Amino acid sequence: MSQPFYVAPEQMMKDRADYARKGIARGRALVALRYTEGLVIVAENGSDTLRKVSEIYDRIAFAGVGKYNEFDQLRVAGVRAADLKGFQYSRDDVDARSLANSYAQMLGNIFTHEMKPMEVEILVAEVGLVEAGDQMFHLLYDGTVVDARDYAAIGGDAEAVRERLAETWTAGLDRSAAVRVGLNALSGPDRDIAAAELEVAELSRGNGRRCFSRIDATTLADILA
Amino acid sequence: MPFFTPGDDPGSSFPELLRRIGLTSHSTMTASSVPGHELSVPHATTCVALKFADGVVMAGDRRATSGNLISHRAMEKVVQADRHSAVAIAGAAGPAMEMVKMFQLQLEHYEKVEGNALSLEGKANQLSSMVRSNLPAAMQGMVVVPIFAGFDLRRGAGRLWDFDATGGRYEERDFVSTGSGSLHASTVMKVGYQPELSRDDALQLACRSLWEAADADSATGGPDVVRGIYPVVAAIDVDGWERIDDDELVTRFDSIREEASHR
Repeated sequence: MSQPFYVAPEQMMKDRADYARKGIARGRALVALRYTEGLVIVAENGSDTLRKVSEIYDRIAFAGVGKYNEFDQLRVAGVRAADLKGFQYSRDDVDARSLANSYAQMLGNIFTHEMKPMEVEILVAEVGLVEAGDQMFHLLYDGTVVDARDYAAIGGDAEAVRERLAETWTAGLDRSAAVRVGLNALSGPDRDIAAAELEVAELSRGNGRRCFSRIDATTLADILA
Repeated sequence: MPFFTPGDDPGSSFPELLRRIGLTSHSTMTASSVPGHELSVPHATTCVALKFADGVVMAGDRRATSGNLISHRAMEKVVQADRHSAVAIAGAAGPAMEMVKMFQLQLEHYEKVEGNALSLEGKANQLSSMVRSNLPAAMQGMVVVPIFAGFDLRRGAGRLWDFDATGGRYEERDFVSTGSGSLHASTVMKVGYQPELSRDDALQLACRSLWEAADADSATGGPDVVRGIYPVVAAIDVDGWERIDDDELVTRFDSIREEASHR
């Protein structure tokens, strides 16, 4: 009778984490940052149709990097969870924190129980009724949750992007300034990113019930001009 | 958090999602339930919709009645469904409001899951299946008969539909009305309607039709000057839904009253 090889649990977790991290590092980064009226999310994304950033609920947005089909699955699960909660209780009861916790549970479960971990990192952002209520949650492939207050960066080379944001982000940015800060943090000093390679969306307190909107190419051109 | 295997996925349908997780979305009434007319639930009354050159106008009175009593004076029966469409309802108020809520949720859910909104015809189809699934309740007297209208972005024109209790879906060419005062309201529109009406004329005609319906039908409420409650009137064009504010309605109904006083 053949015996399976013994693999130490530490080794197994490390292998899975390495595998997921490799997948994520290949992808391009995205940033989210606070401005006076809400949050902007700036993603480097060559595709016009396969979105990295999307709407989850009235005040909540989702952004994902890594394997598209995997984070898109998470996005749809989030839309469903939020709509169900809003239906069963009230629209006011849907919040990013509990959504982030559900995501964490799901990602953690997949990381330990499935054949392969998800090669994704996601960001759940919520715009508050007032500035103090804005919040962001950054979730890793293994279910780790990190909360961020002013800015967040996920994806390949996120560490460097985050450092650039730490230097350039200030309180009281307007929308255009926030988009430019985000773009410069993404591109860094040695690189230029064309407007066509960007996907930009915002969660704005002034947008009515549904705060999420995409910033289209013409508006983006005006902002970057 | 709901997670489905590929073969089991409810797709972009919210009612189907509710069924999958064990929350039924529609009325659970069975044939053995109490007949609705004995329950005397509040009934919503007259709503109208008509086309104009750039879109559609919808209007509905604010009264709900239980038998011969007025149960609500400020009910809103014309409801925005999404950016470019709206529903108006007549019939049993409870199931109707529940249906509208489910319809709004479904349109938004679809839009978020799929990444773009349902076509206007798709929305009308969705509503039709919701009306049809209310049929058992309709047999008990809880009939819900909506009007659906909106701006079709693909065709660049306003369109409107009415429904029967079995979910039958009929696209109307010019105007439509529903509810107890619909006979009077549609007569007014029939006489006053012209193709390519201006927005202003269409709004005035809608207000006029509600006025005449309220004048002749006890279940339809006219403008309530004492409490400051005016019908819900809205226009939908390429820029989306716009509800007409009460100040404008005051002027419109004043002019109608003025005209009526000389009859």
